[in-house]
Amino acid sequence: MDAPHKILVLDDDADWLELCHERFSQLPSGPDVRTATSSSRALAMLESEPFRLLICDLKMPRMDGLQVLSIVRRRFPQLRTVVLSGLEDEEFRSRAYALGVDLFWLKTDMQRNSTMFVECLEALLGRDDDGGFRGVQSKSLMDIIQMECLSRNSTVLRITRGPLVSKLWLQDGELIDAEAEGARGEVAFRRILAWKSGTFENLPPEPGRPRTITKPINALLLESAQTMDENANPSSETQFISASHRKTMWKLSLLTGEGAEFVVAVPPEGLGEPEALGTQAVEPLAAWTRHAVKIAKKIGDQLEAGPLSHIAAHNLDKQYLVLPHGEKSFLVGWPPEAAAGQLLEQGRKLIASWDS
Amino acid sequence: MGFLKKLFQAFRSRAAVQQLPSGSMTVDRDGLVVTTTVSSAYPQALLNEIGSGVLSLFREARAAQIPLAEVSLHFGSLRITAREIRGGAIIFLFPQTARSTPNN
Repeated sequence: MDAPHKILVLDDDADWLELCHERFSQLPSGPDVRTATSSSRALAMLESEPFRLLICDLKMPRMDGLQVLSIVRRRFPQLRTVVLSGLEDEEFRSRAYALGVDLFWLKTDMQRNSTMFVECLEALLGRDDDGGFRGVQSKSLMDIIQMECLSRNSTVLRITRGPLVSKLWLQDGELIDAEAEGARGEVAFRRILAWKSGTFENLPPEPGRPRTITKPINALLLESAQTMDENANPSSETQFISASHRKTMWKLSLLTGEGAEFVVAVPPEGLGEPEALGTQAVEPLAAWTRHAVKIAKKIGDQLEAGPLSHIAAHNLDKQYLVLPHGEKSFLVGWPPEAAAGQLLEQGRKLIASWDS
Repeated sequence: MGFLKKLFQAFRSRAAVQQLPSGSMTVDRDGLVVTTTVSSAYPQALLNEIGSGVLSLFREARAAQIPLAEVSLHFGSLRITAREIRGGAIIFLFPQTARSTPNN
Protein backbone atom coordinates (compact mmCIF):
# COMPACT_ATOMS: atom_id res chain seq x y z
CA MET A 1 0.00 0.00 0.00
CA ASP A 2 1.30 3.48 -0.87
CA ALA A 3 2.35 5.79 1.96
CA PRO A 4 -0.24 8.51 2.64
CA HIS A 5 0.39 11.92 1.11
CA LYS A 6 1.80 14.55 3.43
CA ILE A 7 0.14 17.94 3.86
CA LEU A 8 1.91 20.89 5.47
CA VAL A 9 -0.27 23.66 6.89
CA LEU A 10 1.42 27.02 7.53
CA ASP A 11 -0.32 29.65 9.64
CA ASP A 12 0.79 31.90 12.51
CA ASP A 13 -2.42 31.13 14.43
CA ALA A 14 -1.86 27.99 16.55
CA ASP A 15 -5.60 27.49 17.25
CA TRP A 16 -6.38 27.59 13.54
CA LEU A 17 -3.61 25.06 12.89
CA GLU A 18 -5.10 22.72 15.45
CA LEU A 19 -8.49 23.00 13.75
CA CYS A 20 -6.95 22.37 10.33
CA HIS A 21 -4.98 19.38 11.61
CA GLU A 22 -8.12 17.82 13.01
CA ARG A 23 -10.16 18.52 9.85
CA PHE A 24 -7.62 17.51 7.20
CA SER A 25 -6.56 14.33 9.04
CA GLN A 26 -10.11 13.08 8.42
CA LEU A 27 -9.84 13.39 4.63
CA PRO A 28 -10.85 10.13 2.88
CA SER A 29 -7.30 9.53 1.60
CA GLY A 30 -5.99 9.74 5.20
CA PRO A 31 -3.11 12.16 4.64
CA ASP A 32 -0.33 12.77 7.11
CA VAL A 33 -0.95 16.38 8.25
CA ARG A 34 1.90 18.48 9.67
CA THR A 35 1.77 22.09 10.82
CA ALA A 36 4.16 25.03 11.08
CA THR A 37 3.65 28.41 12.76
CA SER A 38 6.42 30.25 10.92
CA SER A 39 7.59 30.49 7.32
CA SER A 40 11.18 29.55 8.13
CA ARG A 41 10.00 26.45 10.01
CA ALA A 42 7.78 25.48 7.06
CA LEU A 43 10.63 25.89 4.57
CA ALA A 44 12.90 23.81 6.80
CA MET A 45 10.27 21.04 6.91
CA LEU A 46 9.85 21.14 3.13
CA GLU A 47 13.63 20.83 2.75
CA SER A 48 13.84 17.87 5.08
CA GLU A 49 11.01 15.64 3.76
CA PRO A 50 8.75 15.40 0.70
CA PHE A 51 5.27 16.90 0.94
CA ARG A 52 2.44 16.67 -1.58
CA LEU A 53 0.53 19.79 -0.58
CA LEU A 54 1.26 23.08 1.19
CA ILE A 55 -1.66 25.03 2.65
CA CYS A 56 -0.49 28.51 3.44
CA ASP A 57 -1.85 31.67 5.06
CA LEU A 58 -0.93 35.04 3.50
CA LYS A 59 -0.68 37.50 6.35
CA MET A 60 2.12 36.41 8.66
CA PRO A 61 4.89 38.22 10.55
CA ARG A 62 8.49 38.39 9.23
CA MET A 63 8.04 36.50 5.94
CA ASP A 64 4.51 36.55 4.57
CA GLY A 65 2.71 33.94 2.48
CA LEU A 66 3.46 35.51 -0.91
CA GLN A 67 7.19 35.41 -0.17
CA VAL A 68 6.95 31.80 0.97
CA LEU A 69 5.01 30.86 -2.17
CA SER A 70 7.52 32.50 -4.46
CA ILE A 71 10.35 30.56 -2.79
CA VAL A 72 8.34 27.32 -2.80
CA ARG A 73 7.46 27.68 -6.49
CA ARG A 74 11.16 27.81 -7.35
CA ARG A 75 12.55 25.28 -4.90
CA PHE A 76 9.73 22.72 -4.96
CA PRO A 77 8.00 23.02 -8.36
CA GLN A 78 6.14 19.70 -7.89
CA LEU A 79 4.51 20.79 -4.62
CA ARG A 80 0.78 21.60 -4.84
CA THR A 81 -0.05 24.87 -3.11
CA VAL A 82 -3.25 26.18 -1.60
CA VAL A 83 -3.75 29.62 -0.09
CA LEU A 84 -6.16 29.72 2.84
CA SER A 85 -6.42 33.32 3.86
CA GLY A 86 -8.62 35.77 5.69
CA LEU A 87 -7.72 38.56 3.22
CA GLU A 88 -10.83 39.14 1.12
CA ASP A 89 -9.25 41.59 -1.34
CA GLU A 90 -9.46 40.23 -4.92
CA GLU A 91 -5.99 41.60 -5.56
CA PHE A 92 -4.43 39.00 -3.25
CA ARG A 93 -6.31 36.25 -5.06
CA SER A 94 -4.89 37.33 -8.43
CA ARG A 95 -1.40 37.80 -7.00
CA ALA A 96 -1.50 34.34 -5.44
CA TYR A 97 -2.68 32.78 -8.72
CA ALA A 98 0.06 34.72 -10.53
CA LEU A 99 2.55 32.92 -8.26
CA GLY A 100 1.13 29.62 -9.52
CA VAL A 101 -0.96 28.46 -6.56
CA ASP A 102 -3.43 25.67 -7.32
CA LEU A 103 -6.26 26.99 -5.19
CA PHE A 104 -7.21 30.14 -3.27
CA TRP A 105 -9.85 29.89 -0.53
CA LEU A 106 -11.03 32.32 2.09
CA LYS A 107 -11.07 30.97 5.63
CA THR A 108 -14.67 32.03 6.01
CA ASP A 109 -15.66 30.16 2.83
CA MET A 110 -13.84 27.07 4.01
CA GLN A 111 -15.81 27.02 7.25
CA ARG A 112 -19.05 27.69 5.41
CA ASN A 113 -18.52 25.15 2.67
CA SER A 114 -16.07 22.68 4.13
CA THR A 115 -17.35 19.72 2.06
CA MET A 116 -16.42 21.41 -1.21
CA PHE A 117 -13.06 22.49 0.19
CA VAL A 118 -12.31 18.92 1.26
CA GLU A 119 -13.24 17.67 -2.24
CA CYS A 120 -10.88 20.22 -3.78
CA LEU A 121 -8.06 19.09 -1.48
CA GLU A 122 -8.71 15.44 -2.35
CA ALA A 123 -8.60 16.32 -6.06
CA LEU A 124 -5.29 18.12 -5.57
CA LEU A 125 -3.79 15.27 -3.56
CA GLY A 126 -4.65 12.80 -6.27
CA ARG A 127 -4.05 15.05 -9.25
CA ASP A 128 -1.47 14.09 -11.84
CA ASP A 129 0.46 16.47 -14.03
CA ASP A 130 -1.93 16.33 -16.98
CA GLY A 131 -3.25 19.44 -18.65
CA GLY A 132 -6.90 20.32 -18.91
CA PHE A 133 -9.17 22.49 -16.86
CA ARG A 134 -8.52 22.70 -13.14
CA GLY A 135 -11.33 21.14 -11.17
CA VAL A 136 -12.24 18.42 -13.66
CA GLN A 137 -9.19 16.36 -14.38
CA SER A 138 -8.27 15.58 -18.01
CA LYS A 139 -11.51 17.03 -19.36
CA SER A 140 -11.59 19.56 -22.15
CA LEU A 141 -13.86 22.56 -21.99
CA MET A 142 -16.09 20.84 -24.59
CA ASP A 143 -16.55 17.89 -22.19
CA ILE A 144 -17.37 20.22 -19.30
CA ILE A 145 -20.01 22.10 -21.31
CA GLN A 146 -21.52 18.85 -22.60
CA MET A 147 -21.73 17.47 -19.06
CA GLU A 148 -23.52 20.61 -17.87
CA CYS A 149 -25.94 20.47 -20.81
CA LEU A 150 -26.65 16.75 -20.49
CA SER A 151 -27.43 17.28 -16.80
CA ARG A 152 -29.84 20.04 -17.89
CA ASN A 153 -28.17 22.40 -15.45
CA SER A 154 -28.79 26.11 -15.05
CA THR A 155 -25.56 27.84 -14.17
CA VAL A 156 -23.00 30.45 -15.19
CA LEU A 157 -19.58 29.01 -16.00
CA ARG A 158 -16.84 31.52 -15.30
CA ILE A 159 -13.69 30.50 -17.15
CA THR A 160 -10.32 32.07 -16.43
CA ARG A 161 -7.19 31.75 -18.51
CA GLY A 162 -4.44 33.93 -17.02
CA PRO A 163 -5.77 37.51 -17.18
CA LEU A 164 -8.60 36.54 -19.57
CA VAL A 165 -12.02 35.96 -18.08
CA SER A 166 -15.04 34.68 -19.95
CA LYS A 167 -18.53 33.52 -19.02
CA LEU A 168 -21.02 31.02 -20.40
CA TRP A 169 -24.68 31.23 -19.41
CA LEU A 170 -26.53 27.90 -19.34
CA GLN A 171 -30.27 27.69 -18.75
CA ASP A 172 -31.96 24.28 -18.35
CA GLY A 173 -29.12 22.61 -20.23
CA GLU A 174 -29.12 25.09 -23.11
CA LEU A 175 -26.36 27.56 -23.87
CA ILE A 176 -28.03 30.97 -24.05
CA ASP A 177 -25.15 33.46 -23.96
CA ALA A 178 -21.36 33.78 -23.92
CA GLU A 179 -18.97 36.63 -23.27
CA ALA A 180 -15.20 36.67 -23.96
CA GLU A 181 -12.50 39.16 -24.94
CA GLY A 182 -15.03 41.90 -25.64
CA ALA A 183 -17.18 39.64 -27.86
CA ARG A 184 -20.61 38.18 -27.15
CA GLY A 185 -22.74 35.33 -28.41
CA GLU A 186 -21.46 32.64 -30.80
CA VAL A 187 -18.24 34.54 -31.60
CA ALA A 188 -17.36 34.64 -27.91
CA PHE A 189 -18.20 30.95 -27.51
CA ARG A 190 -15.81 29.98 -30.36
CA ARG A 191 -13.04 32.07 -28.80
CA ILE A 192 -13.53 30.37 -25.44
CA LEU A 193 -13.42 26.91 -27.00
CA ALA A 194 -10.04 27.74 -28.53
CA TRP A 195 -8.55 28.09 -25.02
CA LYS A 196 -6.45 25.04 -24.27
CA SER A 197 -6.29 25.32 -20.49
CA GLY A 198 -7.55 27.40 -17.59
CA THR A 199 -9.70 27.28 -14.52
CA PHE A 200 -13.45 27.41 -14.22
CA GLU A 201 -16.02 27.88 -11.51
CA ASN A 202 -19.78 27.55 -11.36
CA LEU A 203 -21.66 30.71 -10.45
CA PRO A 204 -25.36 30.91 -9.56
CA PRO A 205 -27.71 30.90 -12.59
CA GLU A 206 -29.01 34.16 -14.02
CA PRO A 207 -32.50 33.31 -15.33
CA GLY A 208 -33.10 36.86 -16.60
CA ARG A 209 -30.07 36.85 -18.92
CA PRO A 210 -31.11 37.83 -22.50
CA ARG A 211 -30.59 35.03 -25.03
CA THR A 212 -28.04 35.72 -27.78
CA ILE A 213 -27.31 32.10 -28.83
CA THR A 214 -30.13 30.16 -30.44
CA LYS A 215 -28.23 27.29 -32.09
CA PRO A 216 -28.30 23.95 -30.26
CA ILE A 217 -25.16 23.29 -28.25
CA ASN A 218 -24.27 20.12 -30.23
CA ALA A 219 -24.31 22.05 -33.51
CA LEU A 220 -22.08 24.75 -32.04
CA LEU A 221 -19.62 22.21 -30.64
CA LEU A 222 -19.50 20.37 -33.97
CA GLU A 223 -18.85 23.58 -35.93
CA SER A 224 -16.11 24.62 -33.51
CA ALA A 225 -14.46 21.20 -33.67
CA GLN A 226 -14.47 21.35 -37.49
CA THR A 227 -12.94 24.85 -37.48
CA MET A 228 -10.22 23.74 -35.09
CA ASP A 229 -9.46 20.67 -37.25
CA GLU A 230 -9.25 22.82 -40.40
CA ASN A 231 -6.88 25.26 -38.68
CA ALA A 232 -4.73 22.40 -37.41
CA ASN A 233 -4.64 20.53 -40.79
CA PRO A 234 -4.86 22.97 -43.73
CA SER A 235 -5.69 20.91 -46.79
CA SER A 236 -4.30 23.32 -49.40
CA GLU A 237 -1.89 26.20 -49.76
CA THR A 238 -4.73 28.67 -50.28
CA GLN A 239 -6.37 27.58 -47.07
CA PHE A 240 -3.06 27.99 -45.25
CA ILE A 241 -2.47 31.50 -46.64
CA SER A 242 -6.00 32.48 -45.78
CA ALA A 243 -5.62 31.18 -42.22
CA SER A 244 -2.27 32.96 -41.88
CA HIS A 245 -3.80 36.23 -43.14
CA ARG A 246 -6.72 35.89 -40.72
CA LYS A 247 -4.28 35.28 -37.88
CA THR A 248 -2.25 38.39 -38.75
CA MET A 249 -5.39 40.51 -38.93
CA TRP A 250 -6.55 39.10 -35.62
CA LYS A 251 -3.22 39.96 -34.01
CA LEU A 252 -3.27 43.47 -35.47
CA SER A 253 -6.75 44.03 -34.07
CA LEU A 254 -5.52 42.78 -30.69
CA LEU A 255 -2.58 45.17 -30.83
CA THR A 256 -4.66 48.22 -31.67
CA GLY A 257 -7.42 47.13 -29.29
CA GLU A 258 -4.99 47.26 -26.37
CA GLY A 259 -3.47 50.55 -27.57
CA ALA A 260 0.02 49.09 -28.09
CA GLU A 261 2.40 50.27 -30.83
CA PHE A 262 4.33 47.07 -31.40
CA VAL A 263 4.82 43.52 -30.15
CA VAL A 264 7.85 41.29 -30.54
CA ALA A 265 7.38 37.60 -29.67
CA VAL A 266 10.77 36.12 -28.85
CA PRO A 267 11.25 32.33 -28.75
CA PRO A 268 14.22 30.83 -26.85
CA GLU A 269 17.59 31.07 -28.63
CA GLY A 270 17.80 28.57 -31.49
CA LEU A 271 14.11 27.64 -31.36
CA GLY A 272 12.72 29.73 -34.19
CA GLU A 273 12.67 33.30 -35.41
CA PRO A 274 11.20 36.24 -33.49
CA GLU A 275 7.79 37.35 -34.73
CA ALA A 276 6.82 41.03 -34.69
CA LEU A 277 4.01 43.39 -35.54
CA GLY A 278 4.32 47.20 -35.69
CA THR A 279 8.12 47.43 -35.81
CA GLN A 280 10.93 46.85 -38.31
CA ALA A 281 13.69 46.57 -35.70
CA VAL A 282 12.85 42.97 -34.87
CA GLU A 283 16.34 41.56 -34.36
CA PRO A 284 17.79 44.25 -32.02
CA LEU A 285 14.60 44.36 -29.95
CA ALA A 286 14.51 40.55 -29.72
CA ALA A 287 18.19 40.51 -28.69
CA TRP A 288 17.55 43.06 -25.92
CA THR A 289 14.47 41.15 -24.73
CA ARG A 290 16.45 37.90 -24.47
CA HIS A 291 19.24 39.70 -22.62
CA ALA A 292 16.83 41.45 -20.24
CA VAL A 293 15.01 38.22 -19.35
CA LYS A 294 18.29 36.35 -18.86
CA ILE A 295 19.75 39.03 -16.57
CA ALA A 296 16.50 39.43 -14.61
CA LYS A 297 16.15 35.67 -14.06
CA LYS A 298 19.77 35.48 -12.93
CA ILE A 299 19.25 38.29 -10.40
CA GLY A 300 15.94 36.77 -9.26
CA ASP A 301 17.57 33.37 -8.70
CA GLN A 302 20.51 34.81 -6.78
CA LEU A 303 18.24 36.88 -4.53
CA GLU A 304 15.56 34.16 -4.23
CA ALA A 305 13.04 36.85 -5.12
CA GLY A 306 10.52 34.51 -6.76
CA PRO A 307 9.60 34.10 -10.41
CA LEU A 308 10.06 36.98 -12.83
CA SER A 309 6.67 38.61 -13.37
CA HIS A 310 7.64 41.28 -15.89
CA ILE A 311 10.11 44.04 -16.74
CA ALA A 312 8.86 47.58 -17.25
CA ALA A 313 10.96 50.32 -18.83
CA HIS A 314 10.50 53.72 -20.39
CA ASN A 315 12.19 56.63 -22.10
CA LEU A 316 10.82 59.88 -23.53
CA ASP A 317 9.46 58.16 -26.67
CA LYS A 318 7.91 54.95 -25.43
CA GLN A 319 6.96 52.68 -22.58
CA TYR A 320 8.08 49.05 -22.76
CA LEU A 321 6.96 45.88 -21.09
CA VAL A 322 8.74 42.53 -21.22
CA LEU A 323 6.50 39.61 -20.30
CA PRO A 324 7.73 36.02 -20.03
CA HIS A 325 5.00 33.69 -21.29
CA GLY A 326 5.72 29.96 -21.38
CA GLU A 327 8.96 29.46 -23.27
CA LYS A 328 8.58 32.74 -25.15
CA SER A 329 9.13 36.31 -24.01
CA PHE A 330 7.14 39.24 -25.37
CA LEU A 331 8.27 42.84 -25.71
CA VAL A 332 5.35 45.25 -26.03
CA GLY A 333 5.79 48.96 -26.77
CA TRP A 334 3.27 51.68 -25.90
CA PRO A 335 3.19 55.42 -26.58
CA PRO A 336 4.41 57.58 -23.65
CA GLU A 337 0.92 58.91 -22.96
CA ALA A 338 -0.57 55.43 -22.31
CA ALA A 339 -1.75 54.95 -18.71
CA ALA A 340 1.21 53.23 -17.04
CA GLY A 341 -0.96 51.59 -14.38
CA GLN A 342 -2.93 49.60 -16.95
CA LEU A 343 -0.11 48.44 -19.20
CA LEU A 344 0.55 45.21 -17.32
CA GLU A 345 -3.05 44.04 -17.53
CA GLN A 346 -3.33 45.10 -21.20
CA GLY A 347 -0.03 43.42 -22.03
CA ARG A 348 -1.08 40.18 -20.37
CA LYS A 349 -4.38 40.15 -22.23
CA LEU A 350 -2.56 40.77 -25.50
CA ILE A 351 -0.08 37.93 -25.13
CA ALA A 352 -2.60 35.52 -23.63
CA SER A 353 -4.63 35.87 -26.84
CA TRP A 354 -1.58 35.93 -29.12
CA ASP A 355 -1.26 32.17 -29.67
CA SER A 356 -4.98 31.40 -29.38
CA MET B 1 26.91 17.57 23.34
CA GLY B 2 29.27 19.02 20.79
CA PHE B 3 28.03 16.57 18.19
CA LEU B 4 24.38 17.59 18.72
CA LYS B 5 25.25 21.27 18.48
CA LYS B 6 27.00 20.70 15.14
CA LEU B 7 24.11 18.62 13.86
CA PHE B 8 21.52 21.28 14.68
CA GLN B 9 23.74 24.08 13.37
CA ALA B 10 24.01 22.24 10.05
CA PHE B 11 20.25 21.76 9.89
CA ARG B 12 19.61 25.43 10.70
CA SER B 13 22.06 26.70 8.09
CA ARG B 14 20.45 24.56 5.36
CA ALA B 15 17.00 25.89 6.18
CA ALA B 16 18.13 29.50 6.53
CA VAL B 17 16.42 31.90 4.14
CA GLN B 18 18.12 35.06 2.96
CA GLN B 19 16.00 38.11 3.75
CA LEU B 20 15.20 40.21 0.72
CA PRO B 21 17.21 43.43 0.36
CA SER B 22 15.36 46.68 1.04
CA GLY B 23 16.60 50.22 0.42
CA SER B 24 18.49 52.03 -2.30
CA MET B 25 22.00 52.23 -3.68
CA THR B 26 24.05 54.02 -6.28
CA VAL B 27 26.48 52.16 -8.48
CA ASP B 28 29.37 53.42 -10.59
CA ARG B 29 29.95 52.72 -14.28
CA ASP B 30 31.41 49.28 -13.42
CA GLY B 31 28.38 48.29 -11.38
CA LEU B 32 30.18 48.58 -8.02
CA VAL B 33 28.18 49.95 -5.10
CA VAL B 34 29.16 53.52 -4.17
CA THR B 35 26.57 54.33 -1.50
CA THR B 36 23.74 52.25 -0.10
CA THR B 37 21.01 52.22 2.54
CA VAL B 38 20.60 48.44 2.30
CA SER B 39 21.45 46.65 5.56
CA SER B 40 25.20 46.05 5.91
CA ALA B 41 24.33 42.45 6.82
CA TYR B 42 23.24 41.89 3.23
CA PRO B 43 26.01 40.33 1.07
CA GLN B 44 27.91 43.03 -0.84
CA ALA B 45 28.56 40.60 -3.69
CA LEU B 46 24.83 40.25 -4.37
CA LEU B 47 24.39 44.03 -4.43
CA ASN B 48 27.25 44.28 -6.94
CA GLU B 49 25.54 41.59 -9.07
CA ILE B 50 22.36 43.67 -9.12
CA GLY B 51 24.37 46.77 -10.04
CA SER B 52 26.24 45.18 -12.92
CA GLY B 53 23.07 43.43 -14.13
CA VAL B 54 20.98 46.58 -14.41
CA LEU B 55 23.84 48.54 -15.99
CA SER B 56 24.06 45.86 -18.68
CA LEU B 57 20.31 46.30 -19.32
CA PHE B 58 20.84 50.02 -19.98
CA ARG B 59 23.92 49.33 -22.11
CA GLU B 60 22.24 46.67 -24.28
CA ALA B 61 19.15 48.86 -24.66
CA ARG B 62 21.33 51.65 -26.10
CA ALA B 63 22.84 49.10 -28.50
CA ALA B 64 19.28 48.15 -29.59
CA GLN B 65 18.51 51.85 -30.28
CA ILE B 66 16.11 52.14 -27.35
CA PRO B 67 18.06 54.13 -24.74
CA LEU B 68 16.11 53.78 -21.49
CA ALA B 69 15.65 56.24 -18.63
CA GLU B 70 14.28 53.73 -16.13
CA VAL B 71 13.93 49.95 -15.82
CA SER B 72 11.91 47.99 -13.24
CA LEU B 73 12.30 44.27 -12.66
CA HIS B 74 9.21 42.79 -11.01
CA PHE B 75 9.61 39.47 -9.20
CA GLY B 76 7.13 37.56 -7.09
CA SER B 77 8.46 39.07 -3.89
CA LEU B 78 10.76 41.92 -4.92
CA ARG B 79 10.78 44.92 -7.23
CA ILE B 80 14.03 46.48 -8.43
CA THR B 81 13.79 49.90 -10.04
CA ALA B 82 16.87 51.46 -11.64
CA ARG B 83 17.39 54.91 -13.13
CA GLU B 84 20.41 55.69 -15.22
CA ILE B 85 22.46 58.60 -13.91
CA ARG B 86 25.67 60.10 -15.20
CA GLY B 87 28.36 57.45 -14.83
CA GLY B 88 26.20 54.76 -13.21
CA ALA B 89 22.73 54.19 -11.84
CA ILE B 90 20.57 54.65 -8.78
CA ILE B 91 18.74 51.48 -7.77
CA PHE B 92 15.76 51.04 -5.46
CA LEU B 93 14.90 47.67 -3.89
CA PHE B 94 11.32 47.13 -2.69
CA PRO B 95 10.38 43.76 -1.14
CA GLN B 96 6.79 42.92 -2.10
CA THR B 97 4.63 41.77 0.78
CA ALA B 98 0.94 41.01 1.24
CA ARG B 99 0.54 44.60 2.40
CA SER B 100 2.13 46.21 -0.67
CA THR B 101 0.32 46.79 -3.95
CA PRO B 102 1.67 45.25 -7.19
CA ASN B 103 2.94 48.59 -8.51
CA ASN B 104 4.79 49.89 -5.48
